[in-house]
Amino acid sequence: MPLVVENLNHIYMKGGPYETQALHDVSFTIRDGEFVGLIGHTGSGKSTLVQHLNGLLQPDSGRVLVDGTDLADKTADRKQIRCKVGLVFQYAENQLFEETVEKDIAFGPKNLGLDAAEVDRRVREAMRQVALDYETISQKSVFELSGGQMRRAAIAGVLAMKPSVLVLDEPCAGLDPHGREEILGLIKRLHTESGATIVMVSHSMDDVAQLAERVLVMEKGRLVMDGTPEEVFTRGEELRSMGLDVPQVVQLCEQLRARGYEIPERIYRMEDIREILLKILKKGEHHAQ
Amino acid sequence: MAEQRMDEDRILATDVTYRYPDAERNAVDQVSMRVKRGEFLAILGHNGSGKSTLAKLFNALYVPESGTVLMCGMDTRDDELVFEIRQNAGMVFQNPDNQIVATIVEEDVAFGLENNGVPPAEIRVRIDEALKIVNMSEYARKAPHMLSGGQKQRVAIAGVLAMKPKVIVLDESTAMLDPSGRAEVMNTVHRLNRDEGISIVIITHYMSEAATADYVIVMDDGKIRLTGTPRKVFSDVETVRSLGLDVPPMTGLAHDLRHAGIDIRPDVLTVEEMVEEVCRLS
Ligand SMILES: Nc1ncnc2c1ncn2[C@@H]1O[C@H](COP(=O)(O)OP(=O)(O)OP(=O)(O)O)[C@@H](O)[C@H]1O
Ligand SMILES: Nc1ncnc2c1ncn2[C@@H]1O[C@H](COP(=O)(O)OP(=O)(O)OP(=O)(O)O)[C@@H](O)[C@H]1O
Ligand SMILES: [Mg+2]
Ligand SMILES: [Mg+2]
Repeated sequence: MPLVVENLNHIYMKGGPYETQALHDVSFTIRDGEFVGLIGHTGSGKSTLVQHLNGLLQPDSGRVLVDGTDLADKTADRKQIRCKVGLVFQYAENQLFEETVEKDIAFGPKNLGLDAAEVDRRVREAMRQVALDYETISQKSVFELSGGQMRRAAIAGVLAMKPSVLVLDEPCAGLDPHGREEILGLIKRLHTESGATIVMVSHSMDDVAQLAERVLVMEKGRLVMDGTPEEVFTRGEELRSMGLDVPQVVQLCEQLRARGYEIPERIYRMEDIREILLKILKKGEHHAQ
Repeated sequence: MAEQRMDEDRILATDVTYRYPDAERNAVDQVSMRVKRGEFLAILGHNGSGKSTLAKLFNALYVPESGTVLMCGMDTRDDELVFEIRQNAGMVFQNPDNQIVATIVEEDVAFGLENNGVPPAEIRVRIDEALKIVNMSEYARKAPHMLSGGQKQRVAIAGVLAMKPKVIVLDESTAMLDPSGRAEVMNTVHRLNRDEGISIVIITHYMSEAATADYVIVMDDGKIRLTGTPRKVFSDVETVRSLGLDVPPMTGLAHDLRHAGIDIRPDVLTVEEMVEEVCRLS
């Protein structure tokens, strides 16, 4: 089920004195099962863009096609289409509101009009997917959960809608390193095990480098790069000029090359540089002996 | 007035304990620590370890149940000093939505200054300066609710910079910023710290930011578990990880290389230091 974005434009407060064009002619296609990282400077339009993917915001021109159906098509079953794209907001736990974790996760599926047994099945399945124990946690108040647990409950609420595309806006912001690992591991698992299509917005170049197979870069409302992490993160100068950066691994490679070391191009993951350094340094030892 | 001593205590907490109403345990438990003039402290700890609660005890938003907090020598329990304490201690909270009060960006930045009786001409200068530092000058006349997450965070930071307080506490204030925004904020607070002797406390989950502090404290269950220079604290990778934290990426890489039998320094913090070590060893 491809997700097609065509010539998308979005203007906030059109005609007013503070008119802001947040998206300029953005086009791309996301194929089934892709893992896409979306990066861009503060205010570049990432949140505006992802809110178009499930029809929460309407384009001023251009369109978003889910499974071939235009999200703006009045004749289509929009409820059905929209729940194919699940959106986890920036600071999603702020939107938890029901008195128990179970009720919160059940909210969406209930709204779809599913029967009680199916709703219950989905709640259990979603909690299993995010590794929240049903027995001990489902009856707790969301306010008794830790930051990482709340974030997982919020993601479970979206998963319970069984979306085929999962869009996450800064899913790790504000989480401690342990919670971060947890959520990144969860997203990775959803991708590899359930084959979900993932779009992840992030300000962490390191996280994007570790997980994404494709990286989209926004600048001032325009899509300015679209490629594999190898392709995008070799353009360090351009990324820096637009307020972004490259992962620390890439910085390390750049600086080692500048010192005359032969480091292969397109290294961006920690495990890869570790192996390369081991080779270099083990060789160094032999020389010393 | 007595001359300012260089080693003057800006924050002095002694055996501070705080418990939220109806909570089962203390959110801050027997904490003692100090921040002197011109010092730069980073507070680390897993979610719920008590970092934000401690920060709110610094500026009298909360008062300790037992123990004392002195902010620039003023006891936070003294109701009459609360206003002066808040003038001396500028706080940027975790969520900018809770901080922004005005309907126009520049009025929000001016808010604290007007309350302080700063003359209008001076207010103008300080607003312009502060917005320039956070790169938000062109948004001065906009409404805060029209801003992106990171833009709001920058406005909240500008509001505190404009106050020129003696202590600035940043509670995860860079969590929503892009890499250069994060670097700019860190550069700015380091400059204020170096040039004007302003004491800085940052609360962060970015280990690379903490690595730039003079010293760090690591909290766990309301208690301080580790304290020391970042180099010392992060070189004990296992302990740091057992407290739900991590080490900066390059420290983790050095750790792995040591495990593979390479005699690299265990306390590498930055990319530059890693490069030096590789050069030294090969
Ligand atoms: N509700 C709104 N009304 C008016 N303008 C808005 C609104 N929301 C966002 N904007 C503007 O649109 C632009 C894009 O904002 P958006 O929130 O999409 O950015 P972002 O890339 O998600 O940023 P961040 O990384 O800070 O979250 C910004 O210039 C912002 O000021
Ligand atoms: N307003 C409140 N009422 C009751 N309990 C609270 C309140 N705020 C925090 N707590 C509890 O106090 C403890 C410490 O919370 P605090 O917010 O200080 O942690 P933190 O280290 O800042 O966490 P994070 O990294 O998630 O911001 C936690 O157990 C939390 O659940
Ligand atoms: Mg955003
Ligand atoms: Mg906090």
